[in-house]
Amino acid sequence: MGVEQVDREIDARGMPCPGPLMSLIGAIREGQVGQVIEVISSDEGSKIDIPAWVAKAGQEMVAVEQEADYAKFYVRKVR
Amino acid sequence: MPARIVILGGGVGGTLAANLLTKELGRDAKVTIVDPTGMHVYQPGYLYVALGQANGQWLSRDERTLLRRDVDLVVDAAERVDTDAGIVHLRAGGSLPYDHLVVATGSRVVPEQVPGLVEGSYHFYTLEGAIRLREALRQFRGGRIHIGIAGIPYKCPPAPIEFTFMVEEYLRKRGIRDRSEITLLSPLNRAFTIESASKLVTPILEQRGVKIETFFNVESVDPSSGTVTSLEGQKLESDLLVLVPPHRGSAVVEASGLGDAGGWVPTDRMTLQREGFENVFAIGDATNLPISKSGSTAHFEAPVVVSRIASLIKGTAPKANYGGRVMCFLETGNRKSTVLRFDYENPPTPPKPSTFWHIGKWMFNRIYWVTLPQGRIPEMPGDKRRAG
Repeated sequence: MGVEQVDREIDARGMPCPGPLMSLIGAIREGQVGQVIEVISSDEGSKIDIPAWVAKAGQEMVAVEQEADYAKFYVRKVR
Repeated sequence: MPARIVILGGGVGGTLAANLLTKELGRDAKVTIVDPTGMHVYQPGYLYVALGQANGQWLSRDERTLLRRDVDLVVDAAERVDTDAGIVHLRAGGSLPYDHLVVATGSRVVPEQVPGLVEGSYHFYTLEGAIRLREALRQFRGGRIHIGIAGIPYKCPPAPIEFTFMVEEYLRKRGIRDRSEITLLSPLNRAFTIESASKLVTPILEQRGVKIETFFNVESVDPSSGTVTSLEGQKLESDLLVLVPPHRGSAVVEASGLGDAGGWVPTDRMTLQREGFENVFAIGDATNLPISKSGSTAHFEAPVVVSRIASLIKGTAPKANYGGRVMCFLETGNRKSTVLRFDYENPPTPPKPSTFWHIGKWMFNRIYWVTLPQGRIPEMPGDKRRAG
């Protein structure tokens, strides 16, 4: 497993909701089109919030990897 | 020689820490507080100024009158901290050596970071901003009002929702509610960050005819057409835009290399020490902690920092930890409020909005000047479970 291209990693483990999503939104704001951002979150709510935001914002969810205590979200900025 | 303690910032956290430190340490410490204006402002009052319910005079006092006599007040801006040498450099040219430093410099609004925000929107995060919004509301004869957030983190998370409820009531009282449309723009997929509070306020917002747009993270404002565009690609036309400006940490934190990319001080969530420093602490808005930026946070953090500094000076084992305690009132209009009390481990379970908490908030607004300097917050119903 693993996504080949990661331009920025945000380790948001331990951060309560909505911290991980807000960190992703901040990274999308600052990033360039084409870049992939990896967000690592241990917050259960992220599993709903992050994909929902990515869909609404018209960005691309490249992959979601579930580990024992956390999940990794890979999001590409496409616009 | 007494230990030299320098506190940057005379807000809630700095003022309380200064008073508690001198009380705790007496002649063992020389406490100096540095503040650029020497005036202490009760910032929650801006909301009332914007709605014409308070004037600016009620909101500020001379910082000197809030401090114990044995605290030195230096009215000057701290320009840079040299942590290697343990010196604070002041704008006027002087310098203050320290053994222990408390960074309580708060946050500042940076509306210029969002295109069009300064010209095309209003806010209530400074006194000038609140007065400008008050005048705009007085001129308002009906139309579309949008209330949103142009950057996270920001001070007093419930404030935009409080403003929404209060402006809805304001328009009703002026008899122009039926000619107006109010929309709350939330950056998340719900009305408010904290889920339990969101569940409580959403039905009330709906009942008052307030529309909620979710996942609306403000990207830019076009002042000529009155439109606001979101990062998510939505564009809305508005007749009155009220947007919380983005916030950053203070300039001195940034100039001293003590902050992260947003100017917030990387702080240990329990000890409140600046990461990597034993003798540098941060409280209140200045920290990077993922908790509310509010006066109550600073209020509950200050005693922890005081106890830890006292331990360092006395050479005893430090015991106090910050558990993430925060308390915020949330006005829901119609003379009703609820209250949010939570910490790192326990999310809030806000009571049903009532007149009781509305009066509680008003009382707190009034007694702030008496309770703040000494750290006396009256016990509230439900606080006992958190005792100790």
